Amino acid sequence: MILRIDNLVKHYGPVRAVDGLSLEIGEGEVLGLVGESGSGKSTVGKCVLRLTEPTSGTIELAGRDITHLQRRAMRPLRRDVHMVFQDPFSSLNPRFSIERIVAEPLLRHKVTDRREVSRRVGAMLERVGLRQEMRKRFPHELSGGQRQRVGLARALILEPKLVVADEPVSALDVSVQASVLNLITDLQRDMGFSCLFITHDLSVVEFLADRIAVMYLGRIVESGPTADIFAGPRHPYTQALLSAAPVADPVKQRERRRIVLGGDVPSPLDPPPGCRFHTRCPLAYDECRVTEPLLNDPRGGGHPAACHLVTADRVPDAALPR
Amino acid sequence: MSLLEITNLKVSFDTEDGQVQAVRDISLSLDEGEILALCGESGCGKSVTAMSVPRLLPPETTRLSGSIKLDGRELTTLPEAEMRKVRGKTVSVVFQEPMTSLNPSFTVGYQIAEVLRRHEGLSRQAAARRAVELLELVGIPAPARRVKEYPHQLSGGMRQRVMIAIAVACSPRVLIADEPTTALDVTIQAGVLDVFRDLRDRLGTAIILITHDLGVVADIADRAVVMYAGRAVEQAPVGGLFAGPRHPYTLGLMNALPSAAVDGRLAEIPGLVPSPLSDPDECAFQDRCARAQADCRLSRPPLTHQADDHLAACFHPGGQS
Repeated sequence: MILRIDNLVKHYGPVRAVDGLSLEIGEGEVLGLVGESGSGKSTVGKCVLRLTEPTSGTIELAGRDITHLQRRAMRPLRRDVHMVFQDPFSSLNPRFSIERIVAEPLLRHKVTDRREVSRRVGAMLERVGLRQEMRKRFPHELSGGQRQRVGLARALILEPKLVVADEPVSALDVSVQASVLNLITDLQRDMGFSCLFITHDLSVVEFLADRIAVMYLGRIVESGPTADIFAGPRHPYTQALLSAAPVADPVKQRERRRIVLGGDVPSPLDPPPGCRFHTRCPLAYDECRVTEPLLNDPRGGGHPAACHLVTADRVPDAALPR
Repeated sequence: MSLLEITNLKVSFDTEDGQVQAVRDISLSLDEGEILALCGESGCGKSVTAMSVPRLLPPETTRLSGSIKLDGRELTTLPEAEMRKVRGKTVSVVFQEPMTSLNPSFTVGYQIAEVLRRHEGLSRQAAARRAVELLELVGIPAPARRVKEYPHQLSGGMRQRVMIAIAVACSPRVLIADEPTTALDVTIQAGVLDVFRDLRDRLGTAIILITHDLGVVADIADRAVVMYAGRAVEQAPVGGLFAGPRHPYTLGLMNALPSAAVDGRLAEIPGLVPSPLSDPDECAFQDRCARAQADCRLSRPPLTHQADDHLAACFHPGGQS
């Protein structure tokens, strides 16, 4: 396992952003962590990079517990895990040239031979599809897609074992997004890194991820191989999420069974008792308001979901309210 | 005659770098009760086209020509005092950001009532009553309680519904919605799109929906205009548009969607959009287009009928599916 998260909790004061989350990512595997705003998905990424201190739980990177490593002890491990951010405009230092931005991780990890640095920056720029003359340019001279390529080059130059990508294509137009997604696919295949891909966009994870974990209010409600989740979502929330994302085909879209959820996402300040989804779930019954369901797959052979109906070996269908 | 008729609209902005041509030349019409999607990628001119109707562009730096007729009445030359009556009453706008478009220091009920008192001359009490009805119309539960709340007490989806309630308070003929669900989660988006559908069905409001999301277009629009570099490149009822896109750019957009992947790869559109500072007499898409031939560089293809109601600006359009 490259990454193993066990029972991670992160509270910001009274806000329970992540509230008991476990997941694993194998070597060369892409895990799509999917959720809507406030689900806690970005907080998970920040905890993995130790950009924020977990409240409790453990995070293991390549077999080593990094949960409470001090800054200094963490430093050599930062080679192994890098981040790609959503916003290609604010995540690059505007005063540095592209060459300097991409070289930064090398310099930080004591690769100081100038020719070596220059060679590796050049090779990395080529890999992400940027011409060598970009070296001397500054971020403001680049398009959004080009900046995101710079962000990828910076994240990958040390050949990390794990890349945490937080909505890396969400700010891009669809035609630019397509080329960046193809690039990520190629790089992942060639370099073999594992990836925690955080996004709200189901179509993107369907394209890219080997496995998916769906988050709701700080917890995973369902996880499994991408094809299984899309073919047979078990949790009513996953079903609603899949049915709500409109497909670009008016005939199909207008004939689809849609599950429109009532109400709003409850505040992570005060998540509902029992199942966190029960306030919006069309299938909720008494038990859901009292006990919190755990991720499980009672018969085996399927994939785990955190729903009392799944536990009771029934097949939830949120499109058919009780 | 159409409710709204835009003819040869051109909009440019004076900037330090020169004149940025946001809308190079567009003509379109909107019928009563119709939902028209204006779609395309950043910078294609879709928002500027729509915002020209209520004249919400900065007057000091905007140069606009062409005609915009609402019910036969020319809006581009209307005195500002007259225009103020049109804005909010006949034409109203819902913006993308429900977080910043409401005033945080007033209750949502007050903000809805203000519009009614100003435009409709309703009394304080009558306006307050109507505010509750409007919140109900846009699907906000417990509207009598919600009118007394402040924007920060509402979620993003609820705030956007309040914005829609304000926009439709005076029963506008035309509602312009600029990426109204882009900032919302998908499970919330579905409900807000239902509100627009419902307004059209119940009040007959004509809606111009500006969006980059082809899924939203497929879900709600009757007709769509695809824009590229300040011009319409294709215009058709959505059924025909998605079943058989004629313009290579429209086809490129559809094939670039992650859901359209073939063998684990997405179709890319090579190259970049042309500079907004120049406007050579050629097809603006030709240097990114796989179908381009010599004639595409010699003159600009006009928007021509490919089939009933289906127009495309291309010398070598794709066939029907």
